[in-house]
Amino acid sequence: MSENTQPTGLQDRAERNVWLFAFLTFLTVSVAGLVEIVPLFYLDSAMPAKNIPGVVWDRGDKALADWKEGDGVRPLKPLELAGRDIYQREGCYLCHSQMIRPFRDEKERYGHYSLASESMYDHPFQWGSKRTGPDIARLGGKYSDEWHIAHLIAPRSVVPESVMPNYPWFMENTVDGEEIKAHMRGLRIVGVPYTDADIETASEITGKTEMDAMVAYLQVLGTMVKFQEGVTYRE
Amino acid sequence: MEEAAAEQKYNFDVVRWFAVMTAVYLVVGALVGVYIASELAWPVLNFDSPYLSFGRLRPLHTNAVIFAYGGCILMATAFYTVQRTCAVRLWSDKMAWFTFIGWNLIIVSAVITLPLGITQSKEYAELEWPIDLGIAVVWLSFMFNFLMTIATRKTSHIYVSNWFFMGMMIMITILHVVNSAAIPVGLFKSYSAYSGVQDAMIQWWWGHNAVGFYLTAGFLGIMYYFVPKQANRPVFSYRLSVIHFWALMFGYVWLGAHHLQYTALPDWTGSLGAAVSIAMIIPSWGGAVNGMMTLSGAWDKLRNDYVLRFLIMSLAFYAMSTFEGPIMSIKTVNALSHYTDWTIGHVHSGALGWVAMVGIGALYHMMPKIFHTPMYSQALINAHFWTATIGTVIYVVAMWVSGIMQGLMWRAYDDYGTLAYTFAESVEAMHPYYAMRAIGGGIFLFGAILMLFNIIMTVLKAKSQGSIKAAQSAAVTA
Repeated sequence: MSENTQPTGLQDRAERNVWLFAFLTFLTVSVAGLVEIVPLFYLDSAMPAKNIPGVVWDRGDKALADWKEGDGVRPLKPLELAGRDIYQREGCYLCHSQMIRPFRDEKERYGHYSLASESMYDHPFQWGSKRTGPDIARLGGKYSDEWHIAHLIAPRSVVPESVMPNYPWFMENTVDGEEIKAHMRGLRIVGVPYTDADIETASEITGKTEMDAMVAYLQVLGTMVKFQEGVTYRE
Repeated sequence: MEEAAAEQKYNFDVVRWFAVMTAVYLVVGALVGVYIASELAWPVLNFDSPYLSFGRLRPLHTNAVIFAYGGCILMATAFYTVQRTCAVRLWSDKMAWFTFIGWNLIIVSAVITLPLGITQSKEYAELEWPIDLGIAVVWLSFMFNFLMTIATRKTSHIYVSNWFFMGMMIMITILHVVNSAAIPVGLFKSYSAYSGVQDAMIQWWWGHNAVGFYLTAGFLGIMYYFVPKQANRPVFSYRLSVIHFWALMFGYVWLGAHHLQYTALPDWTGSLGAAVSIAMIIPSWGGAVNGMMTLSGAWDKLRNDYVLRFLIMSLAFYAMSTFEGPIMSIKTVNALSHYTDWTIGHVHSGALGWVAMVGIGALYHMMPKIFHTPMYSQALINAHFWTATIGTVIYVVAMWVSGIMQGLMWRAYDDYGTLAYTFAESVEAMHPYYAMRAIGGGIFLFGAILMLFNIIMTVLKAKSQGSIKAAQSAAVTA
């Protein structure tokens, strides 16, 4: 090769000093995160719909039990949270998304496009990345509890084409209210507004089956916000 | 006796262990992959067992191939090349053994906890918080030993392969710490510190840079040492390597946002991610060209050098994947490809074609040098090359067809303006391609088994010949 293969200037100094090289690399890789991620924590555009009435539940002094369908996004109730824990444990998010995109076909198939506010209490998010099965962001209320139970025990008994695994153990395993209390306390630390009274209600779910919890979780998905005609929720 | 001198000067013991474990984990990771691919084609294979169900085994597959196979080959090659390019023994032998044992314990804990459903449910970062802490400690020991070895080097400048290894180590440290931040609510359960849209962005910043730094920068480090060595020629262009290194370090980090096009992530973030993604074709191809052109004037070597075939084929797949990726990040294409098998096909053209093949090439190059005896069988290496290539092509083609078909079926309308297909019909249509994918993966797995056999036989041969001991005690002129 005839080209000059000798480094010069800063590159030369960095190639002679490993700590300088490492420091320059650190600076270089840090830029994108500062530009793309940090603003999401304070810019309004990260959650554009949060101030539209009916998107986030204006709770006041009310108990979780007072929430009505369509009142807006609220933290999950204990049994629903237990269901979400199971959803995470079984890796459901690997085949089902919870993020409807603003396309005509997705609106007809799944419903109104998803809002950032709808997953504001989701630690971690469950948007998913793959639809081996359909999106379930608005699954709540579409099927009966009985359908869900039959489907979770043996998916092909109700959807012959399905490739979903059977989950018969949901009928046998039970959930522990004390454990869910600890989970709610943890979530409160990272910003989910559970009150002490909310956490106390978790005692009631002890002894329910995992199937009860799963069905409770699946039936609440997408039912929190009542979308109104003519309101723009996202630019 | 150049190799005997190297044996006495450097720590090859830990490299030998990492090298053999690499071959073991490639078989394990590919085996789990073929199994879960088969579950999607024939769901009866879930056997109504929690421990075998797809949702629990899929993270085991990804963790096994990325962190077990990928981690072991990266650590084997990083420790091997840093000593040779710096002309100095590893800074600390003890710390290197700590890295080896620690990393393998992490892998074992992953194999136990993931089928039990113990997971943070963030893709490629599923392992729960106690294991995450272990990863951080072991990873820092790896990085510190590597940096200190460079700091004590006998050469004046730091060789280019080491830049890429360093880039990987630094960025993966940042990513792991930030993305894994969580609040523990029990020994085996925690919740991400972030929620919703912020968590999504942080997760894909991690997810895409696990690809960009762990599986790209790290493996480019491998490429920059082993391609010139195997071809016995200098790197094509020093200047190109400088430019593409810094461009890669700066640019890759922006790309995560392209995983969230049209989602509830703000539009500006996704568009920014897509714009930089398209620009990334240039530095990516810079690396591919630099590797391939290293062979210029010596292409005839491909005729009988099977190891070189792996390395060059890996660069071809690298070039293809890094062209496909930017295309898929364009919004209109992404609207079709997102959520489909196309993504899976894209990942595997990179993972099988690039990551696996360049690592396999490096492993075959190292084996005779660290065990001081030729490979047991050259014919098996050639057979492995063809099974790996054919298996990868079958896999990728199956996923291209199924992915594009899925995307088109979901958005198809009939003459009356209603959706033409139910979701279940699209699932049914995937069956032949899922079967084809399992076959392609199976062929790739067969090749990996050939390699494991070849490597075990080579180790046994070295043992019976006493070749390592001979190299260690050979008289060498300093």
